[in-house]
Amino acid sequence: MIIGLDVGGTHTDGVLIGNGAILRQVKVATDTGNLFDCVCACLEKLTVDLPPKAIRRAVLSTTLTTNAIAEGNLEKIGVVVSAGPGIDPANFKIGSHYFCVSGSIDHRGREVQPLREREIEEIADIFIADNIRRAAVISKFSVRNPKHELEMARILARSCEVVIPGHSLSATLNFPRRINTAWLSAAVHPLHKEFFEAVRQSLKSKGVEIPIYVLKADGGTMSFEASLMAPEQTIFSGPAASVLGALPFASPDVDTLVLDIGGTTTDIAVFARRAPLLEPLGGEVAGSRTLVRALKTRSIALGGDSCVDVIDAELRVGPRRLGPAMAYGGGHPTPTDALFVLGKGGKGDLEAARRGLRPIARNLGVSIEDTALLILDLACAKIVGAAREMVEEINLRPVYTVKELLSGYRVQPAEIVVLGGPAPHFAPRIEELTGIQTCAVPLWHVANAIGAALARNTSEVTLFADTERGLALAPGEEFSRAVGKDFDLEKALCLASELLRAKCIKAGASECEIDLEVVESNQFNMVRDYYTVGRNIRVQVQTRPGLISECRDLAGSIFNCCILPDAV
Amino acid sequence: MLSSSEKIGLVFFPAFDWAIDPTHPEREERLLYTQDQVFEEGILDIEGIVEYKPDIATVKDIQRVHFCVPDELSVTTQSHLISAGGAKKIGSEVLERNISRGFALVRPPGHHAMRVVHGARGFCNINIEAVMIEYLRQAYGVDRVAIVDTDCHHGDGTQDIYWHDPDTLFISVHQDGRTLYPGTGFTSEFGGPNAAGTTINLPLPPHTSEEGFLYVLDNAILPILDEFKPQLIINSAGQDNHYSDPITDMRFCARGYAELTSRLKPHIAVLEGGYSIESALPYMNVGIILALAGMDYSRISEPDFDPERLRQGPEISRKIEKVVEEALSLWKQGPEMRRANRKEGRLFRRERHIFYDTDRIIEVQRETVRGCPECAGLVSIDSRTDRGGRILAVHVPRKACGKCREAGYQLYDSTGLEEFDRIFIQDRTTDEYFSRK
Repeated sequence: MIIGLDVGGTHTDGVLIGNGAILRQVKVATDTGNLFDCVCACLEKLTVDLPPKAIRRAVLSTTLTTNAIAEGNLEKIGVVVSAGPGIDPANFKIGSHYFCVSGSIDHRGREVQPLREREIEEIADIFIADNIRRAAVISKFSVRNPKHELEMARILARSCEVVIPGHSLSATLNFPRRINTAWLSAAVHPLHKEFFEAVRQSLKSKGVEIPIYVLKADGGTMSFEASLMAPEQTIFSGPAASVLGALPFASPDVDTLVLDIGGTTTDIAVFARRAPLLEPLGGEVAGSRTLVRALKTRSIALGGDSCVDVIDAELRVGPRRLGPAMAYGGGHPTPTDALFVLGKGGKGDLEAARRGLRPIARNLGVSIEDTALLILDLACAKIVGAAREMVEEINLRPVYTVKELLSGYRVQPAEIVVLGGPAPHFAPRIEELTGIQTCAVPLWHVANAIGAALARNTSEVTLFADTERGLALAPGEEFSRAVGKDFDLEKALCLASELLRAKCIKAGASECEIDLEVVESNQFNMVRDYYTVGRNIRVQVQTRPGLISECRDLAGSIFNCCILPDAV
Repeated sequence: MLSSSEKIGLVFFPAFDWAIDPTHPEREERLLYTQDQVFEEGILDIEGIVEYKPDIATVKDIQRVHFCVPDELSVTTQSHLISAGGAKKIGSEVLERNISRGFALVRPPGHHAMRVVHGARGFCNINIEAVMIEYLRQAYGVDRVAIVDTDCHHGDGTQDIYWHDPDTLFISVHQDGRTLYPGTGFTSEFGGPNAAGTTINLPLPPHTSEEGFLYVLDNAILPILDEFKPQLIINSAGQDNHYSDPITDMRFCARGYAELTSRLKPHIAVLEGGYSIESALPYMNVGIILALAGMDYSRISEPDFDPERLRQGPEISRKIEKVVEEALSLWKQGPEMRRANRKEGRLFRRERHIFYDTDRIIEVQRETVRGCPECAGLVSIDSRTDRGGRILAVHVPRKACGKCREAGYQLYDSTGLEEFDRIFIQDRTTDEYFSRK
C-alpha cells in the first residue's frame, strides 16, 4: 500500500492506495499555522489499524517551504560570490550578508584569477560575529570548475554549520539563478529538515515506520534522506501533485493540456505525449528565478471563487477572490454561484447564488440563467486564452540547431484534461470553445493526492567533458575524472547514464522506475590553428516525471472511465 | 531582477550542426563559448531583453537582393536562410516597435556576398543584412538606411549591392585592404555615379586599437550619419578587429566594441565575422548586448585584457586622422559628384574580376548603369565565370523612374539567349523577379 499526501493552501488531501483501489481518503482544512499537526493527523487517519509493514511508501507534498519564502520567514543566510569580469555581481544581491570577492574562472573552467583566502577569512569572522550559521557560496562558471566554491566552502566551514556550493545544485549555466538557488537551498534547509524529521519521529513513536518521499517541483519524488541534500527541489511542488494526478488520463501518443481549476487560480500545464513539460531553466519563486527543475505551469487568477462584477457594462470575472461563493455563505457572486443557478451546484444555498447574480443580470439586461451562462463562458474563455498563449510561448522557444529549427517538435494539444472542483461543469464548455476533446478527471477532489502517491523518482545528470583539458565533470554529482583523447560522445553518454542510475537509486528509486532519457548530447571538435585539439562534449540525461510502473495499470482501475456530465 | 533601460531583442542562432568544413573557422564550435558566456551571465533573464526564434528567409526574400546562379537553392543551405531569417526577425520586431533595438547573433555571415551570387565568398553566400533591409523596405516602407560595417574585413558584398543606391549609406571600417582579404575598401571607392558619396570606406592600418576606432566613429561615422539622417541604422557587427583574432591584425577589445555600440546606437546589429571564438567572442557579444540594452558594460573584459599592451603608436593615429580627413572630404563632395553624373541616358560601365575564395570561382563582370536624374538608375550585369556559363542580370531599382524601368524590361525582353545561359530581371518597383533560359 502507498500513501499520497498533498498539503495545499486551503485543503490537505490524503489517499491510501492498494490493490488497485483507493482504500482510504481524507480531506481536512489546512492549518497553515500548524502544518505538522495537520500532516500527522492525516497520516494517522490513513494508517490507523494497518500493520506497519503493509505500507511501502508515503509521498508528501507540502507548502511548508513555499509559505516560509512567501512570508519572508527564513533564517539569515550568508552569501559569498566570486564573479570576475562581467555583469556587476552587486546586481544579484540577496539577503543582508552578501559579499563579492576576487577570483575568476572562464567559460572553459580555467582559473583566470585565484581566490584571496584572506578575503574569505574576514567574511568568516563577520559571519561568526553576526551569528550567520548557514551560507551559500557561488562562483561564476563553477559548473565548469568548482575549485573556488569548494575553497570558499572549506574556509567558511569554520563559522557555518551548512555551506551550500552553487555547483552542487544544478549544472545549468546561469550565474544569477545559481546565486538565488543556492541561497534558497541554504535558507529552507533547517525548516525542511526539522519538519520532516519531526513527522518521521511522530510516526515512529506510534509504531509506524514508512519510507518517506518528498514531491519535487518537477513532479518527481525523492527520498527524505536525499531531500536533505537538495531541499530547494521541494519548493513549489504545489502544482506538481495535481498535474501528476492528471497524468493517468493523458494519452501516450498526443499532446495534452492540463487545467487545474481551483478556487482562486487555474494552473495550466502541458504534456507532450504524456511527458510533462518542464521549465527550460528552472522555476520562479516569489519573483526570484532559480535553477530548480520545475514543471512548466502557468497560473492565472481565475477560479470557481473569483469575484464576478460588471464594470462599464462589461462582465468581469476575477482576478480578485473575495471569499467563497454566495451559495456557501460568501458576500460576492462567483462562477460557482453561476453553476448553482444552472443546477450544477452541490450542497449549498441556491437562493443565495441567485441573489448574487440578480444585480448582475439587471445590469446586463438579461435573465439570471443567461447571466450564469455568460459568466461560465467568460471564465472558460479566459482559461482557454491563457492556455493558448502558453502553448504558443512553448512553441516559440528558441532552438540552436538547423535540424531542430526545421523539424522541431511543436506542441499541439489534441486533448484537454480538467481537474478541480468546477472541472466537470467547465469541461463541456471548454470543449466547445476549443474543439478539442475535453474530459474532467473523476475523483478530482483527491486527484492531487493520487498524483503524489503515484509519482516516480526523477533525477538528472549533466556531464561536461573537455578532452583538451583532459577532464570529465558532473558538477551536481561532485564527480570529476581525468579522460584521455579517446573520450567521445558515446563514452560520455555511457558515463552519464551510469551516474544517473546511481543517483536515482540513491534518491530512493526502484530499478524498474528508472527510464533514462537523453536530453542533450552534443560534441564539438575544438579546432585551434586548423588542428583539432580536442572535443568539447555536453551531455544531459534524465528520468522524466511519470507514474511508478507498478501503478501504471492501477491508475486505470482506480479511476475507471471518465464520464462527462451533460453539456451545460 | 536586473532590467535593461531599453527593450531589446536577440536572435541567437549558433547553428550548432552546420560548418563549411570541420576545421574551417566557420564551424559548429564558433558560437559555443559565446553561448556559454551569454547563458552564464544570465543575459536572457534580464527584464527587457527578449529572445526570439529566427524566421526562415524565403526565396522571395533573396530575390529582392541577389541574382543567384543558377538559382537560390543551389547556392544556399538552410543555414543561410535561417541566418538571414534571424536578421529579418530582429528587423521586423524593431519596426513593429516591440523592441527599440536588436541583435541578430547568427551564423553564417553575409557581408561578402554581392548582388550576383555564383557561390560562397569569404564564408558568405547571401547578404543577410541586405536581405533584411530589402524585406523591411518592402514590408514597412522604410526608405533611408545606413549600414555601418565594423567587421575587420571590408564589407565588399554589401558595398556592391548598395553601390548604386543613394538612399543606402554604406560605411565600412576595416583593416587596410593592402594587408587583408578581400583587398578592397579604399577611400577611392565611394559609390556608383548616381550614388557617389553614399559609400564611405575607412581603411585603418594594422594595430589600430580602441582609441583609433573611437576616433573614426566620433569624427567620421557619427557626423556623416547625422547629415544623412537615416531612418534605420544597421551595424554589421563583425568581431574580428579583436586583438586575439587569429586571421586579422587589429587591437580592438570587448569594452571598446561595447563603447562603439553604445555611441553608434544601431537599431539592428547583425553578427558578421569574428573567429577568436574563445578569447574574444564571448566577451564582445556580452558587451554589445549590454551596450544595446543601455546597461553597464564597464566590467566586461577579456581575461588577458591589458590596455597598455594594446595602445596604438602615434604614427597609426596620424594615418587614421588622414583616412578620416579623406573620407569626410569625399562625403562633402558627394552631392556635387551625383549632380554631375546624373545626366539622362548617360551610360557608365565598369569591368571587374571577382574571386570567390571559399568556392574557388573566378567571375568576370561587366556592369552598366544608366545615369539618371530621376532615380538610382537601371543596372545591368553581364557576368561569366571560369566554370563556364554567362548570365545577364537586370536590376530595376526600388524607386526607378518610368524610363529606367521601361529600359530594363526592354533589355530583358530583347536580349537573345544565344550568348547567355540565363537572363534575370529584378524589378524592385513591383517586387517581382523573373528569369528565362
